Amino acid sequence: MYTQALNVKDTGKPASAEDPGKLARFQARIDAEEKIEPNDWMPEAYRRTLIRQISQHAHSEIIGMQPEGNWITRAPSLRRKAGLLAKVQDEGGHGLYLYAAAETLGCSREELVDQLLAGKAKYSSIFNYPTLSWADIGAIGWLVDGAAIMNQIPLCRCSYGPYARAMIRVCKEESFHQRQGYEIMMTLSRGSAAQKAMAQDALNRWWWPSLMMFGPSDKDSVHSTDTMKWKIKRFSNDDLRQKFVDATVPQGHYLGLEFPDPALKRDEKTGHWQHGEIDWSEFKRVLAGDGPCNRQRMKVRTKAHEDGTWVREAALAHARKRAERAAAVRIAAE
Amino acid sequence: MSSTTAALQSRRAPARKAKAGGRTSRPAAGKADAASSPLFSYVVSLADDALVLGHRLSEWTGYAPTLEEDIALPNLALDLIGQARFFYAYAGEIEGKGRDEDALAYLRDEHGFSNVLLAEQPNGDFAATMLRQLLYAAFMHPYFQALTASKDARLAEIAAKAVKEMAYHVRHSAEWVIRLGDGTEESRRRAAAALDELWMYTGELFEMGEGERALVGAGVAVDRESIRPAWDATINRVLAEATLERPAPCGMQSGGRAGRHTEYLGRMLAEMQVLHRAHPGVTW
Ligand SMILES: [Fe+2]
Ligand SMILES: [Fe+2]
Repeated sequence: MYTQALNVKDTGKPASAEDPGKLARFQARIDAEEKIEPNDWMPEAYRRTLIRQISQHAHSEIIGMQPEGNWITRAPSLRRKAGLLAKVQDEGGHGLYLYAAAETLGCSREELVDQLLAGKAKYSSIFNYPTLSWADIGAIGWLVDGAAIMNQIPLCRCSYGPYARAMIRVCKEESFHQRQGYEIMMTLSRGSAAQKAMAQDALNRWWWPSLMMFGPSDKDSVHSTDTMKWKIKRFSNDDLRQKFVDATVPQGHYLGLEFPDPALKRDEKTGHWQHGEIDWSEFKRVLAGDGPCNRQRMKVRTKAHEDGTWVREAALAHARKRAERAAAVRIAAE
Repeated sequence: MSSTTAALQSRRAPARKAKAGGRTSRPAAGKADAASSPLFSYVVSLADDALVLGHRLSEWTGYAPTLEEDIALPNLALDLIGQARFFYAYAGEIEGKGRDEDALAYLRDEHGFSNVLLAEQPNGDFAATMLRQLLYAAFMHPYFQALTASKDARLAEIAAKAVKEMAYHVRHSAEWVIRLGDGTEESRRRAAAALDELWMYTGELFEMGEGERALVGAGVAVDRESIRPAWDATINRVLAEATLERPAPCGMQSGGRAGRHTEYLGRMLAEMQVLHRAHPGVTW
């Protein structure tokens, strides 16, 4: 998912080292489905996990603007141009709400952005793949936003209030993106032979990376027990992936497209769609920084940040001058 | 920020209206060919201004100096692209040959575009983008205000929507020009350089050809010269607050309205039109 790299060992103070009384009261509140708010007591490990998860999610939204932004200036109709522009803008807005939610945990946006630019923070591996045709814009909306929704709908009930509330807002927009993406795929699939080929090629390239968005399979997943207990996470990676596959495969068939998985078949007993083995070596490679676009994505983000330095400095300097002038006027009046 | 994608649902061009009757009046230009009618040319030029500048702004998406600007710049772009769509749709109806917004945006060459040169200037740095926006919006805001009184009901209707958008463009770009002018030494130097470079493209905003003058006479278009006091007032106020000096009168560049552009437009259109033109006649 957008937070798929969470499966790393947490090396800070373990929850077991906290005051047992406070810990028990905290857990009782969570068990009673109460929301934890910024000023409430919380175990350090809970705070760290949330900061990591929310900031990874925010970074993913920001880096995710690049692959789709790649087609804004070439969108093939004015309606599509406006739709894509608005979609990419929405993703920036998601980044903004999420950084704000992370800030309620005592970590500033600047710190989090610095971690991203220093290569210390992760973002979703899906955004390290290139967008090679217009159909990729459809495929991303349909599959990537579709996968994001699967993960984020349960997050709307996350125990941490500000994150849960941000997710409610984000989910509404993501489902709009998913429908818009599917509609692009539909138009291409019903279009010329070249358009249909474009749609099929996009599905071929985006299908497996979309399945990888849910993270490692449950048998290889490090410590999701705490996050489950704390109701940050409510479903396992494999459960969410299965939900996504079940929802998406019939949609693809309706488009008349083929999934690039010869093993894909419906289990008659359970009704679930079973997919073939995911290439976990590719997943690890992309996560480790060796995907097709990891370097470009970071280079572009870093350049945008550096190119904007003088603008941010100017805004600060101007705000300071204004404050000084206002103060001088106040003093003169006294 | 609310969902702009959802809002796009309502950004679609307005439903076609009966072309005859109502307040719509056509100047008696005496030309049989609607494609070259003054009204068609005028409406297309309004659309071209908006599309070309909107496209330029859209190039910023994902590269802005702050996350807030990464949201604000696409907003400005969306407003302008939305305006362009309304104007193109109307122009297509005036022409009556079945050309829709995309035929007009994607299938005309550089020489067929009649936008002002200011709109096509490259983004440059953030100072250049914000100054370009201020110089344009400070004109278009009062212009659309005046156009709401047009005898052409369609134009009046589009202008009424656009005037609110341009008020925001003036506010947003003015705030940045002030911050940059009265910010750091570097930002001031960049803002002054951008102002100096763009100034020669401002004269064209006030130019009118014969056809447009006839439309002004018929109460359809707005006399561009009448916008000058409002434009001057905004520009002078903002530059003063930004501690930037208004450039001395200089030789003005023009030609955009007649399809004679700067070298930048051809490349911009090549990128914008490439996919659409590679697949003639399909639906996207
Ligand atoms: Fe998003
Ligand atoms: Fe999205």
